[in-house]
Amino acid sequence: MALLHPTAHTPRSGGPGLVPWAVLVAALILPLGLPNDYYLEILTQAYVFAISACGLNVILGLAGQLSLAHSGFFGIGAYAVALLATKAGVSFWLGLPAGIALCALSGYVIGSICLRSKGHYFAIFTMAVGIIIHLVIQKWESLTHGHIGVIGIPGPDPVGPISFDSTIARSYLALFFLALTAVAITRLVRSPVGRTLMAVRENDMLAEAVGVDVMAAKRTAFTISAALAGLAGGLFAGFIGFLGPESANVEMTFNMLLYVMVGGIGSLSGPIAGTFIVYGLSQVLAVVQQCQMVIFGLALVVLIRFMPAGLAGALRSLVRSRVARAQ
Amino acid sequence: MTLLETHRLRKSFGGLCAVDDVDLAVAAGSITGIIGPNGAGKTTLFNVISRALPASSGRIVFNGDDVTSLQAHQVARLGIARTFQATTLFGNATALDHVLVGYRQRTRAGLIDALLRSNRLTREEDEAHDAARDVLRIAGLSGHEARRAQDLTQEQQKRLAIAIALVAKPRLLLLDEPSAGINTDQTRGLITLIEQIAAAGVTILLIEHQMQVVMQLCRRIMVLDDGKKIAEGTPEEIRHDPAVLDAYLGRH
Repeated sequence: MALLHPTAHTPRSGGPGLVPWAVLVAALILPLGLPNDYYLEILTQAYVFAISACGLNVILGLAGQLSLAHSGFFGIGAYAVALLATKAGVSFWLGLPAGIALCALSGYVIGSICLRSKGHYFAIFTMAVGIIIHLVIQKWESLTHGHIGVIGIPGPDPVGPISFDSTIARSYLALFFLALTAVAITRLVRSPVGRTLMAVRENDMLAEAVGVDVMAAKRTAFTISAALAGLAGGLFAGFIGFLGPESANVEMTFNMLLYVMVGGIGSLSGPIAGTFIVYGLSQVLAVVQQCQMVIFGLALVVLIRFMPAGLAGALRSLVRSRVARAQ
Repeated sequence: MTLLETHRLRKSFGGLCAVDDVDLAVAAGSITGIIGPNGAGKTTLFNVISRALPASSGRIVFNGDDVTSLQAHQVARLGIARTFQATTLFGNATALDHVLVGYRQRTRAGLIDALLRSNRLTREEDEAHDAARDVLRIAGLSGHEARRAQDLTQEQQKRLAIAIALVAKPRLLLLDEPSAGINTDQTRGLITLIEQIAAAGVTILLIEHQMQVVMQLCRRIMVLDDGKKIAEGTPEEIRHDPAVLDAYLGRH
């Protein structure tokens, strides 16, 4: 399973350089240049999915464990916000942290059980967990309204003078949370906690022998991953306004996996870039919906054959070989 | 004073008894060698002592405490460090990062510290980097901090593995065939390093196939054969022990 051995490493400490700032400025200007709300909606959803992909990257890329329960946590976060708002009248701003906390807690508990298995068994185990969460959401009709889903979910209330009623305001809000996620993950990776996860991913026997509590480290990664899926799910529910059980579908997990793999497993920027490329392409290809998966399937095979570390990995080796040649 | 003791320590895999009621006592500050033919159970004994494998029966006492039921990371934190026979490291992380992972057990900063970049995290990171650079210097790897482990030579990787084990200042260091896969000159350098480590007060228990290495380093040697301890004593005694000669030169 070569995919589970990403070539990413703990980045050198030091300044992040200019690239992240340039990307942020571009992201701030971009919504102003979009022709209509349709593109803004797509952009906002891409931000939300990118947060979820970053979460998957924490358990898959940093800790090296292929979790397929990810959309389950996305669903838990989304339904927490949706049901708290529609059934209990809880505002989005309280529902969101509650949803994240619920995801973190369930991530901790589920992780404690699933992480006793390793490798393929862990992947299969977590996929079963994801399917169970999806089924619970779908079948618990008295709570979740089953297939009909939850409608009329109120969006975020204004914060001071800032209202989030417009599409553009919501897109900036999603961008804010994505930037926050990116900063948090960067700090995590460049800390002793991130280094420990790298050690667990690369060689759990050696990590354990030098005093790393491997189980606790993996559980931490799983919990963070679930919490970020919950954040993305909560935003999704609040922004779209309606929610069906398909948001917790296993297919969603595979979409996230595709985003992370295309961008580059274990890299910091890869999952975000991958989300924009794949989600953007899927919108463009929506006109040829039947063939969409055929095209993605072929593209994925080609990608894994020629760029196993994703676009970020390919870019990194290109830069490295250029630097080597220049010296 | 005895730092490590095992009492009738046993590890069986199904019907095979890889470690068969082994009694072992390692004096604090000593260099003790474990020798024996292939398949004698030496590495299994290490795995059980370092808790990478659970014992089937018997007791392990480290520094006066019964550690038989602890987990691997817990005995590591108590001060038992080890290297592995195959030089397995952390992929393509840098030499410095490798050693920093070894120091992690000494630091307390957690997730919240990482997210907030707390003072504690900064202080501990400075402390960890100092300790890591020190130990890399001792291991003869100064100047290689930023190199990837996979770009190092076999000998440098062996030294790096020792540095990782050493950085958290263990009381006991278990070395599994430190001289495997390196040439005679490099072995001489490694012997010097092991002697330096022992001189700094770290007790050493090592598995070794090369007799001249064992005879030169160890004041006490234990011989395993078929999971059983068949002899124990000074290098001189072991050299003339009939049971040892028998185990090495063939059976009747």
